[in-house]
Amino acid sequence: MKFGIVVFPGSNCDHDTYHVIRKVLGADVFYIWHKETSLRLFDAIILPGGFSYGDYLRVGAVARFSPVMKEIVQYAKEGGPVLGICNGFQILLESGLLPGALIPNEKMRFLCQDVHLKVTNHATRYSKQYTEGQILRMPIAHYSGNYFADDDTLKRLQDQERIALQYCDAEGNVTAAANPNGSKLNIAGIYNEYKNVLGMMPHPERAAEAVLGSEDGLGMFKSLLERN
Amino acid sequence: MWKAKIIVTYKPGILDPEAKTIQHALGSLGYGNIQDITAGRFFELSLDAGLSQAAAEAQTREICEKILSNPVIQKYSYELSETVL
Repeated sequence: MKFGIVVFPGSNCDHDTYHVIRKVLGADVFYIWHKETSLRLFDAIILPGGFSYGDYLRVGAVARFSPVMKEIVQYAKEGGPVLGICNGFQILLESGLLPGALIPNEKMRFLCQDVHLKVTNHATRYSKQYTEGQILRMPIAHYSGNYFADDDTLKRLQDQERIALQYCDAEGNVTAAANPNGSKLNIAGIYNEYKNVLGMMPHPERAAEAVLGSEDGLGMFKSLLERN
Repeated sequence: MWKAKIIVTYKPGILDPEAKTIQHALGSLGYGNIQDITAGRFFELSLDAGLSQAAAEAQTREICEKILSNPVIQKYSYELSETVL
């Protein structure tokens, strides 16, 4: 199985993600410069975290027009797995592959901290290594992670079991106090309709080795590997 | 030459954390009577004079919808004027 990691000007979690896939999992992984227009070689695409185009205009708004994005939209429509982490999630929303938007955190502060997450749906190609309602600990590092969608969209996300992860406390309770950034329904990650596209604010690649304090993120990459 | 002055703001009903923070700061400076604040982005586009007014408007709207605003959370307004160099 071959993973591809897209590199935009300003991506800065591309190397961390590469390290986890190649060195921790021992799988094949390649960088994809954002001007590439062929993705046929890849079995899964990752849009990594960072500050593509300096976050100018709106987070993800400029990267969404990079040449590679047209191919990624097509790749996703054909069922290819696309995982967007942090800035990658913001780009997926701007490109219309996922519904809603991410606005600045409620308290207008950059948040860099560990959070607890509840695995809301454990039956997808990203989550089958987890159990229902499992509680994960992973870091977040963002200024614009406040997920917004209108009520109809939120209802659709719930009805179609498209909420992937929710911010919760250490016991797994999804409460207002456990919501770090003001996201609607404590949403930390969502799927598209066919669950081949996942966008999430927390960083699984920074929680994939015990020496870094948590291995809870590794299950996400392992789940993807298991399929192929 | 055509000049388009564009303002992008959040749609009503979306809590704008930046505007709330400014309002809070104004309150602590003694301007407690400020009931509401809207914050936003301002853009000025200069379009070449060869365009008709209708074409200049159509292009301004297209740019606003495609990139300058995110229709999920934002709305835009613009004023178009003809300037003589």
